[in-house]
Amino acid sequence: MIRLASITKTFNAGQPNEFQALKGIDLEVALDAVSVFAGPSGSGKTTLLSLLGCMSRPTSGRIWLEGREITSLPERFAVRIRRETFGFIFQNYNLVKGITVLENTMLPAYPTGVSHRSVRDRALSLLEGLGIASKAGQHVENLSGGEQQRVAIARALINDPAIIIADEPTAHLDSSLARRLLEIFGGFRREGKTILIACHDPLIIESPVVDRVVFMRDGRIVPHDH
Amino acid sequence: MTVRRSTGFLVFLLGCVLVMGGLFVVHPLIGGEEYARGLERRRQLVRDLGLTDLCLFTEARYTRHLSQADLHSAFQDHPMALEHFPSGSLVLPPPHLLEGGP
Amino acid sequence: MKWIERQRAFMDYTLSSLWRRKLRNLALLMVYTLVIFLLSSVIFFTDALRKEAAAVLEAGPEMIVQRTVGGRHSLIPVAYAERIERIRGASSVRPRLWGYYYHQASRTNYTILVPETFSGPDDTVQTGGGVLRTWGALWDGRMYFRTHDGNSLFLLPTSAMSDGADLVTADLILMSEPTFRKISGVPEGHATDLVVRVRNERERPTVAEKIVRELPDTRPILREEIARTYAAIFDWRAGYVVVLLGSAVLAFFIFAWDKATGLSAEEKTEIGILKGIGWDTSDVLMMKFWEGAVVSVSAFALGAITGYVHVYFASASLFEHALKGWSILYPKFTLRPQVSAYQLAVLFFLTVVPYTLLTVVPTWKVAVTDPDAVMRR
Repeated sequence: MIRLASITKTFNAGQPNEFQALKGIDLEVALDAVSVFAGPSGSGKTTLLSLLGCMSRPTSGRIWLEGREITSLPERFAVRIRRETFGFIFQNYNLVKGITVLENTMLPAYPTGVSHRSVRDRALSLLEGLGIASKAGQHVENLSGGEQQRVAIARALINDPAIIIADEPTAHLDSSLARRLLEIFGGFRREGKTILIACHDPLIIESPVVDRVVFMRDGRIVPHDH
Repeated sequence: MTVRRSTGFLVFLLGCVLVMGGLFVVHPLIGGEEYARGLERRRQLVRDLGLTDLCLFTEARYTRHLSQADLHSAFQDHPMALEHFPSGSLVLPPPHLLEGGP
Repeated sequence: MKWIERQRAFMDYTLSSLWRRKLRNLALLMVYTLVIFLLSSVIFFTDALRKEAAAVLEAGPEMIVQRTVGGRHSLIPVAYAERIERIRGASSVRPRLWGYYYHQASRTNYTILVPETFSGPDDTVQTGGGVLRTWGALWDGRMYFRTHDGNSLFLLPTSAMSDGADLVTADLILMSEPTFRKISGVPEGHATDLVVRVRNERERPTVAEKIVRELPDTRPILREEIARTYAAIFDWRAGYVVVLLGSAVLAFFIFAWDKATGLSAEEKTEIGILKGIGWDTSDVLMMKFWEGAVVSVSAFALGAITGYVHVYFASASLFEHALKGWSILYPKFTLRPQVSAYQLAVLFFLTVVPYTLLTVVPTWKVAVTDPDAVMRR
């Protein structure tokens, strides 16, 4: 369970372009479930995801991850929690160009000090499971959008995180690829992983894989989108 | 799968260290005796002939016998003459002439 | 184990990352290697030459007494020798005859010298290793000399001086005293300078002082001063070699600085991604440290190796030109191979350390950005 209490997040505080992205969020997110944060762009869902994933700190309020307060941890511990607990799939994939699919997949494991061989084997089996093992030696920029996303997914899973965070995962996919992605997420769900998704794609919101949809607007949680 | 990159680099580095060890440590030991004999020959010649200088620059008197030159021998022809041999810019006048000098 | 695995993983990444711009980075490595090659060549060469000079000239005369006239080195009357011999502490005095001979045909300056005992007849000479190499045509096996009063003299070169002594004898022509006086015009009763032997090393400065007091127009040169002359020459911080090298080093570091500080947008994005997927600030800096270290250590190793080969296997042939200057005759010599830990340390700290710092420091600002920046792109 992740619990958020009166979370606010202000960007550029004190400056003319000050912007309050989150305005008091109280929320409990169940683990072992697929939760979707839905809302138009600018509603604060991506900001919320980055707070949940220990990527940034709230301006005020607190977050507990399985009873442990994570908002006031020093950077070193926050990074470790992030690395061990969360896997990120970014909207633009954010793969490192010029290096191979396999290396991209292994990147989050580099600072962990886990042996190269076991990381490589795990990366290869993840790529295998996602059907792109044959591309392991290719540079990422030569891949199609769908393939790149699968590399991003494999990379998110390399440290075997309990929680996967995906930001607009279907933004660059056509419907059939989006459905395939949902199948993959369904598989993770069956493995007992928690999935947090930010998106406003009806295909995902209405999917049976999703356990819960949280609607957001203007930095607040709203009962329904419509 | 090719060799791991860091392995490749470390092997390269190890190779460099071995070559450096061979050159910097082992190579000077080889031929040490022969060198010592050569050095003794040179010293004998220096002793017999009463030589004072290395025969490195033969272009001018003051560069051939550096230690025997005057401080201003480069300008002997005229005090304002520009010293124009390349080796003059490479080496310093004898330090015993510079001490307590201007 | 974990620590090693982490460092090796960072190294893996940095090598892949460097390999992406392989042409650019290999060019950088080559320039860097060249700079270290030149620097190490200078250090090795000058140091070996200095040591050689010290070892060889240790056997030289203890004291030379010159006479100066009109501010110039002038011929010394042999009679001075008797007056010096009377000074307490001076055990023996020997007049030395030597001078220069300019050979028109080869446009070369040679040193002509009368040894203490010249074994051959008056019409023969002994030559140093470089003499016959440069002299040019012989007349019926004889060397043509023009005497100071315009006459011709043909002398037979008999034996060459022992091999491997070129560094001290390359341009020497040894001859008998009468022949020397004929060629050089040094009149009887005069010598070039005097060699004074002083047994007690500590008495030498005192003896030198007494000589000057007794003969005010003389100038004594002590062996220690000769040694110091050669300790000072080729001081690798002196002379235009260092000026040239200094500018090369400077240019390289400007280039490196430019490359290191102007982190490209691509590199910044990349660091953002690494932070986003769970790299710590220190992980990013460590990776950058390896980038600097990999390049500079490679350049250091390659540069030092090629520098060594250049100096000790190829007789520092690149410097020959600079040392030779306008002279025709250049000795052939091999230097005693030796590298001290001090030289390597100097080289290392002059090159590897600044380059690595130059790579890491500018990354700092980028590496501390919030990891969530990557979400908002």
